[in-house]
Order: sequence, then C-alpha cells, then structure tokens
Amino acid sequence: MLSRTADHVYWLGRYAERAENLARTLDVQYRLSLLPHEGRDDRQGWAQALATLGLEAAFAERHESPEPHKVIDFLAFDTGNPSSILSCLRAARENAHAVRGSISSEMWETFNSTWLEARSQAPTRFTALNVAEFVDWVKYRAHLARGVVLGSMLRDESYHFMQIGTFLERADGVARLLLVRLACAQSADDDAPVAPDYYPWSVLLRGLSAFEIFRRVSRDTVSLGRVLEFVILHQHVPRSIYRSANLVHENLRAVANAQSRETERRAGLLHAELRFGTLQTLAPGGSERFLHDLLARTADLSDRIGRDFLGHPA
Amino acid sequence: MDRTPLPYDEMYSADGHVRPHYAAYADWLTRQPDDTLRQKRAEADSLFHRVGITFAVYGEQDGNERLIPFDIIPRVLSADEWRKLAAGLRQRVRALNAFVGDIYHGQEIVAAGLLTPEQVFCNPQYRPEMQGVDVPGGIYAHIAGIDVVRAGQGDFYVLEDNLRVPSGVSYMLEDRKMMMRLFPELFAQNHVAPVEHYPDRLLENLGSVAPAGVADPVVVVLTPGAHNSAYFEHAFLAQQMGVELVEGQDLFVRDGFVYMRTTRGPQRVDVIYRRIDDDFLDPLVFRPDSVLGVPGLMSAYRAGRVTVANAIGTGIADDKSIYPYVPAMIRFYLGEEPLLNNVPTRILRRKDDLAYTLAHLDELVVKEVHGAGGYGMLIGPTASEAEREDFRLRILASPEKYIAQPTLALSTCPTFVEQGVAPRHIDLRPFVLSGRDITIVPGGLTRVALRAGSLVVNSSQGGGTKDTWVLEA
Repeated sequence: MLSRTADHVYWLGRYAERAENLARTLDVQYRLSLLPHEGRDDRQGWAQALATLGLEAAFAERHESPEPHKVIDFLAFDTGNPSSILSCLRAARENAHAVRGSISSEMWETFNSTWLEARSQAPTRFTALNVAEFVDWVKYRAHLARGVVLGSMLRDESYHFMQIGTFLERADGVARLLLVRLACAQSADDDAPVAPDYYPWSVLLRGLSAFEIFRRVSRDTVSLGRVLEFVILHQHVPRSIYRSANLVHENLRAVANAQSRETERRAGLLHAELRFGTLQTLAPGGSERFLHDLLARTADLSDRIGRDFLGHPA
Repeated sequence: MDRTPLPYDEMYSADGHVRPHYAAYADWLTRQPDDTLRQKRAEADSLFHRVGITFAVYGEQDGNERLIPFDIIPRVLSADEWRKLAAGLRQRVRALNAFVGDIYHGQEIVAAGLLTPEQVFCNPQYRPEMQGVDVPGGIYAHIAGIDVVRAGQGDFYVLEDNLRVPSGVSYMLEDRKMMMRLFPELFAQNHVAPVEHYPDRLLENLGSVAPAGVADPVVVVLTPGAHNSAYFEHAFLAQQMGVELVEGQDLFVRDGFVYMRTTRGPQRVDVIYRRIDDDFLDPLVFRPDSVLGVPGLMSAYRAGRVTVANAIGTGIADDKSIYPYVPAMIRFYLGEEPLLNNVPTRILRRKDDLAYTLAHLDELVVKEVHGAGGYGMLIGPTASEAEREDFRLRILASPEKYIAQPTLALSTCPTFVEQGVAPRHIDLRPFVLSGRDITIVPGGLTRVALRAGSLVVNSSQGGGTKDTWVLEA
C-alpha cells in the first residue's frame, strides 16, 4: 500500500484511540472529584492530569489556575488545544478523509458523522457541566467505530497499520492514566488493604471498563499493587498494557518489510517482557519509573514505524 | 406582456399534456404531498452530509464543506431519445480523438485548409511537447464529458466538449443511489437503465490503454489532494475501482518508469487517471512551481512507459475557439454528417461576426474562449446595460478572445424548489469512455439552475443536480 495512506490510517487509529483515552481520563478525574475529599484540593488531581498529558504549559497559556471546569473545557472541547478530545476527533476525521478511498465507506461515514455531531453539539448539549454525558457519548462513538472497523475493514495492511496506531496509543494512554493516579496516591504501601485505596483505584478500573473484570478474575480486594498488576500485565483485559503491546507486535509482524527487522525486535522484546515478567522483575525502580520508561519505548516504536513504513525522513 | 414562447419542457408538451415517457412518474408525483417531498429532501441532505458528498470550500478548514443541492425530481429520457443522443455522442468523440491525433501528427486538417495554422499553433491549449508522441490506440480523450442542452422543439445541441479532466460522474452515481434509497417504489414501476457499473467500465477502459506489453496493468488515480474541490470524486472513483488514490508526492520516476512509494518499496505504475491539469503534471516541463505533479513524468510518458488519461494536450480540441469547427471535423475525419447540432457560433475574430455581435449584444451569449465554469460570460438578455457596455469594451480590446451564440431557451424540467414544484432550466453531461471501444452508461449528470429563469447550471454558481433516468423501452 502507499506509504502516505499507511501514515494516515496509522494516525487515524492513534487519534481515535487518543480521544477515547482522554474521555476515560476525564471520566476518572471527574468521578474522583465527586468523592469526599477530607480537605484535599480538587485542583491537585486536575493539575496532575495536565502534567502527565504534557499539557501544563499549553493550559497555563490560556488559564491562570486549574479550576476543574476550566481543565475539563480545555481537555474536552477547546479546539485551540490540539490534544483536546474535539481536536482528536477532528484529526481522526481528517485522516479518514485523506484515505476515504482506501477504507470502507461505513468507516469513513462513522468518523465523519462523529466529528460533525461533536462539532454541532459541543457548545450546547455537551459542556463542562455535564462532562459525564459527553464522556459516555465519546465512548459510545468509539465502540461504534471499533465495531465498524472490525465488521467492514479488509484485513490487509491498512487494517494492520490502523491496529498498530490504535494499540501503541492505548499503551501510551493507559500508562499516562496510571501515572496520574500514582502521583495522586497517598499510600506508599503497594499492598495496603482496602480502605483509602479502594475508591481511587476502583474508579480507575471503572474508567477502563475493567472493574467487573477485576472482580471476576482477581477475586480479591482492590489494592494498588493488584490493580497495577492487573492493568499492566493481564493477558485478557481489553485495555491492559500487555495486551496492547502484544497486538502492536502481532500487527507489526504482519506488515514486516526488508528494513523493519529492528523495529520488530524491539516490539517483540516489549511484548515478551510483559508476557513473562512480574511487577517485581519489571519495575525494580518503582512503577512510576517503569511507566515512564514504557512511554519512551512506545515513542521509539512510533518513530521507527514512521521511518520503516510511512515514508518519514530518517 | 412577455411574448417569449415557453421553452421546451421535459415533462409537459406545449399543450400541457404529460409526455408519454413521463406518464408513470407524473402520476406518482401528483399523489405526493409537498410535505412528503420536503421531508425526503431533508433526508437526502442529511445523508449527503454524513456520506461526505461535498465540495470543499477553498480557504476553509475543519471539514467545512458544502453540498451541491440535489433535486429529488428526476430528469427522464425515453429509450428512443437516448439512442439518438448516444449515437451522436459516439460520433462526436470519435472525431475529436481523430482531431487531436491529427494535430499532434500530420495536421492534415490544417493542410486541407479547414483551420489556419495560427488557430492551432498559437492556441495556448496546443502542447508542442506532444508533437509526434504516439499514444495507445490513438486515444487522447479517454473520458469525455459532453455538455448537451435541448432547445427549440427539444432538439439536442452540444454546448461544450470537456476533454481535459471532466468531473461530475460521482454525482451521477450518488444521485442514483440516493433516489433508489428515497424512492425505491419508483424503480419498481419505471424501468430505469442502471448506471452503477460505470466504475467497472472506467477501470476496463483505463486497462485497455495500458502501455503495450503490460499484462496486468497497475492503474492509479492522481489527485491534487484532499483540499481540492473535487476530492470526493477522486477518492470515490479510486475506491470504486479498487485502485490507489495517489498524490504527486507518492509517485516518482526512475530509469524511465513511474513508481509509487509503498510500505514495501517502489511499485510500477502503468496507467495514471489524472485529475490534475496539464500545467501541473510535471514541473520539469510545465509549470516549474507545481508541487502537485511528478518530475520526469512527461519523459516517461513520451517514451510510452506510462499512459496518462486523459492525454496531455487534449485542450486543443475542447477550446471554445475550436468548438465551431467540430461539425467540419466529423465530415473531414469520418466522412459522416453530424448527428448532433452545434450551437451556431459567431467567431469574433471575423469582422462580420464581430459587427453583428456588437449590434446584438442584448440577444446573444458571449463567452470568453478560455473561460470555464460559467465565468467570463455575458448573457445578453438578462445582463444590465452597464454589464453589456463593459463587455463591449472587453470584446473590442481583443475580439479573438470571444465567441457569441444565440441565447438558447434551455429546456426546463419540473424541480422541487421552495415554492413547490416548478420548471427550471437544465442541461446534461453524459460521460463517454473511449478505449478499445466506446462506452456510454445511459444517462449522465443533469445539472439544474435552481433560480427561476436562470440559465447558469454550474455548481460554482448555485446550480444543483438531478438523477437522470434513461428508460428501457
């Protein structure tokens, strides 16, 4: 397939997934802000979210302090922020538009109507005041898009590049979400029982659509250590980092070319480490360092894929 | 009181009776309340938006794209009308292809004195780079969009031959799809000839003109990019044919062949269905500032290693200054009498035509020879005194740049507008494919001037489109 086309479908996958990850991050922060605070400042969590998403400076250019409604507005609706949900939905649509001849018509129509609806409803139906409704809508549209991709897209290179984009972005997004929560967590004890950890971490699980799965497979109480292990390493949880790395590797193998051997090796190594490692072996320096390292590795893979396949300059 | 006779109406005869081939549709239409029609039209609009059948508006981002208005009342042609029209179109396109081949080889038509050398060689549409270049099958205009109108008693006139990069075929196909979705019952009642196989025929046609010796040709569609106003059509045709939609940056020339950059390395390209004007195709030969084209393409093309459709230099045959000579071409190359009328045209480089035109500006349509899209045109009867005066000065300054034609009373077709169903002027652009054979899918794109009385059907000037039905006997 054309390198330029592959580039567009790759970014279509990334932006669509990024919009969903952002919605889930907003969801978690918002739900937590509804819990009793015991005097803690609501703004800390929002500031942490901005920092972990790398948007502190961009936010500071527009607003003085991270008032919750301002952060929500900035992350969800501000089209001047290229990383807002609305901007990501637009970027996904623009990438789909550029390759509308190479993806299925149903896919194009889905991404196009998601953007048209978001744009027309954002100032009226969707606002910072009812962000929960907006998050639900974004998730619903993401589910729909996923279904359309699964149900209508030829399993050729286009599909594989889109999957690579999707799962690299998912690994990145989930790692960032964990980092936000780790920075906010007060307990240093990884195995602390229920009490203060339960609410923040169960909210995080719900944000990843994984709370019920956690209950079913872990049959244990919610603790920081268990949640980390579950979200990072579980083989069958749809949004686990392990599963994302696995799918990046698998789809990369399907498109391998003469120059992609090293990229494939690095993706395979990440996959294998997560497959056979434990939190103790993977994160001797602590979970946060491990997650930052993971972000660097996904960024490296993305650069290498750009050079090996997508016609980006070396 | 206005004594102008009413123009030919597609549905009603002069005495107000429904024409036989419209009978079934007219009967159905009278039973539809305006509210139903309004609701169907709204449904069509929202579907077109979702599907993104839009026109990019230059200078605007964010998917701010406009719909071309779609009218839900079809234009219907009887089997007999179509048979005659199609025969005339075939004849005309055969002659036009012969003409382009002649111009770029022996110029027999000039030797015979039908055209002067300066009319050909001083024409900006003449491409000296094409002189002596042989193209597969001698075909230059692989895809022709011939604009046809009806006037007088319903006679067909060719208004314009579009032989460079004619567009609009995607609207022909999408309009049909929309009609079948909105009014399936109509297609059960009326035997409408299908058009959906056009992309199939197009692909076959492009394959048939591949360079000699290529067994399984790789065809691509070359687009200026997603911000071009016709991008939807480019993407649509590539998708429907199952071929790559490429931009200039995706192609390169190496060792005399054209390749595209793919995720698995370079791949040979044999046929380029280009939707870019000649001027932008190859910065080494044409406009050096073009970033849309492919450096070296022209050399590969001249060496016969890639086919470009339409060929470079076809503009010499669809130029308005050459148009008046098409009937003569048909006689000259084919030895046949033209089956379709040309609009009687005055050529203002001729003194007597110039004098007549200046004396009758209020009756005539004056066209700039190199204008397109309804620009650079004076419609005498509807223009103001000031506009006519302005045009008079422009004509006097350079008469050779203009032609003049009588104002044709274009036929009308019932159209659903704000006030309800009312007659509006229409034209027709059938698409003629030339390769090993000539193919025309029955029908074409009907464009309609939505403003009452307006004769300008171009989408850039507020025109809309209609589904075009050719009834099967």
